[in-house]
Amino acid sequence: MSTSSIPTLSRPLSGWGRYPVELCEQVRPERYQDLRPVAEQQIARGQGRSYGDAALGKRVILTERVNRLLAFDTATGILRAEAGVTLAEILAVIVPQGWFLPVTPGTQFVSLGGCVAADVHGKNHHHDGAFSQHVIAIELILADGSRVTCSATQNAALFWATVGGMGLTGVIGEVSLQLIPVSSPYVQVRHHAAANLAETFALFAAPALDDKYSVAWIDCLASGNDLGRSVLMCGHHAAQDDLPVALRQPAKLKKARAMPFDLPALALNPLSVKLFNAVYYRQQGHKTEPFFAHYSEYFYPLDSIAHWNRLYGKRGFVQYQCVIPDSGAFAAVTALLQALSQSRRPSFLAVLKRLGAQNQGLLSFAMAGYTLALDIPLRDDGVFALLRSLDEIVLQHGGRVYLAKDAVLTPQKFRIMYPRHAEWLALKQEIDPLQRFQSSLSSRLELTHG
Amino acid sequence: MAKTVLILGATSAIARATAAAFAAQGFDLYLAGRNADELGRIAADLAIRYQIKAASGVFRAEDLASHAQFFTQAIAEMGEMHGVVLALGHLGDQQAARDFSVGAEVILVNFTAAASILSHCASYLEARKQGFIIGISSVAGDRGRQSNYTYGAAKGALSLYLQGLRNRLFASGVRVITVKPGFVDTAMTYGMPGLFLVASPQYIGERIAQALGKSADVIYLPWFWRYIMLIIKSIPELVFKRLKL
Repeated sequence: MSTSSIPTLSRPLSGWGRYPVELCEQVRPERYQDLRPVAEQQIARGQGRSYGDAALGKRVILTERVNRLLAFDTATGILRAEAGVTLAEILAVIVPQGWFLPVTPGTQFVSLGGCVAADVHGKNHHHDGAFSQHVIAIELILADGSRVTCSATQNAALFWATVGGMGLTGVIGEVSLQLIPVSSPYVQVRHHAAANLAETFALFAAPALDDKYSVAWIDCLASGNDLGRSVLMCGHHAAQDDLPVALRQPAKLKKARAMPFDLPALALNPLSVKLFNAVYYRQQGHKTEPFFAHYSEYFYPLDSIAHWNRLYGKRGFVQYQCVIPDSGAFAAVTALLQALSQSRRPSFLAVLKRLGAQNQGLLSFAMAGYTLALDIPLRDDGVFALLRSLDEIVLQHGGRVYLAKDAVLTPQKFRIMYPRHAEWLALKQEIDPLQRFQSSLSSRLELTHG
Repeated sequence: MAKTVLILGATSAIARATAAAFAAQGFDLYLAGRNADELGRIAADLAIRYQIKAASGVFRAEDLASHAQFFTQAIAEMGEMHGVVLALGHLGDQQAARDFSVGAEVILVNFTAAASILSHCASYLEARKQGFIIGISSVAGDRGRQSNYTYGAAKGALSLYLQGLRNRLFASGVRVITVKPGFVDTAMTYGMPGLFLVASPQYIGERIAQALGKSADVIYLPWFWRYIMLIIKSIPELVFKRLKL
């Protein structure tokens, strides 16, 4: 090993969807001071759990070893940590001490820095907003190597360009986060079945059913009168005193089972997925009485199968997630589900959530309305035509797609969906005039072009 | 009171994983190394994750004259020292064999400094008649090869030193364990071509901390390196000198 140059490793990389795959030169700093720009062009990558090409590029800085918890005030619930740490590692420390993440995406195997870069949202966005709204401060490492603290009150412009900024303003080095208090690791859950999309929307809108967390699992192969049939899963953190005695002991975490190989394309066909969905709808729709679920089961059901992306075979899949403002949401979701069902492309996962008001993040995804997420396997190139037609529906209804999951959007559509891009670009040009932070996503969407 | 382990060279990936494994067993930690900021970060992390006491101090391996005072101060800060993990390591580069000014540093860090600090630790533990020393050597010390024999020679010398120390400290009930890792996925090996059977630092760290509960004096990590090295050591010199290793 030469001490003069930083060791690099060239290896094919992809996001969690396994599409696209690119040969990227990677560096892996182990010390905080080595977490800095290292070349003309680079992008930081945490756990690689974004689906498309957000964490790919010519040169990738792996942050996985820069993952130290730096301070945890158990009285106030303020945690400061290096950005490479995963939510799973954080939860393992904070939950036994009575704290929980204020906002969490659907997997705990993401990095803290990634949550900031994508300004992720959870099942509680309609109440609590996106991740960035609970971030107290960030230490950002800029293109010139300098380190700047930013927050909603300090260097605020930089802060709102960085949250949701997909790592393009600099390397997110440290994050301080306000946690929320909980008294048990369990969530009290209640399911409500909806026979079609109109009923699904009615359940979301019913104040009596509103809970801290809510998410609807949609049977996306149901069509005709059943289109949009779903199970709404509502929940809130259970109080220790409400738990049955059997659950009051510290919970033993189940070890994740791994998907040992790529599933052949044949296994996920319209018939098998339709059958699975029908059974799942009946089973889950029956749980109308409240029950207790461990936080890992409620928030991260797919985490229990390591490498679940192999379900979609070697070619991978695209996760398509969009948000539609309230006014057009019903029509748009109907059109999206119809397009999907007509295409006869089975999706195991279709999830509908309610989102609350948009924050000041210039490229943040969430805005008031409904968000639909779909897994679409990449079986043939016909998928891209389908995705483009979905983009059209979203555009028509004033919505946008989620950059952390996107793999196919065009620069033109992106600019309509993200009207504050020009503001973001002005700041980007100021702090990174040589465009040293670039990803495959930013090249594809021409994010750094005027 | 929790027992304290001193980790020398604490910012390396193997040392960090080993410290974590000891912390998980309830040991307090004193982390020593060159980089005060990194030591502070690692100490904070381990203290938060495992709810133990973790302190840190700057240790300059190449400044042999400072070792005695460093060790005294570490003990003063922690009250006692139950065990020591020596994780000093400096690979240098290919130049080390041809350019002795580079090679001298490799030998200084991997062997001379190690012997110096361990001499202080050994006397302290010998007097207390309990505790342990775990020295992280390397499979590279088992046979000299053209690709890294300066590093290998220093590690080989360390292995012999630990062997002697084990012999001396046996009577006082102090365990001395020699660890010989093969390829580990660390900054030292990152991006190196031709690596095989690369172990994670977590795996190595956990096995090192578990070694205390077992009887073996010399452990290869992962275990199969014992057999790989057995084969490599058994190749006659007449043949070995012709190989490109």
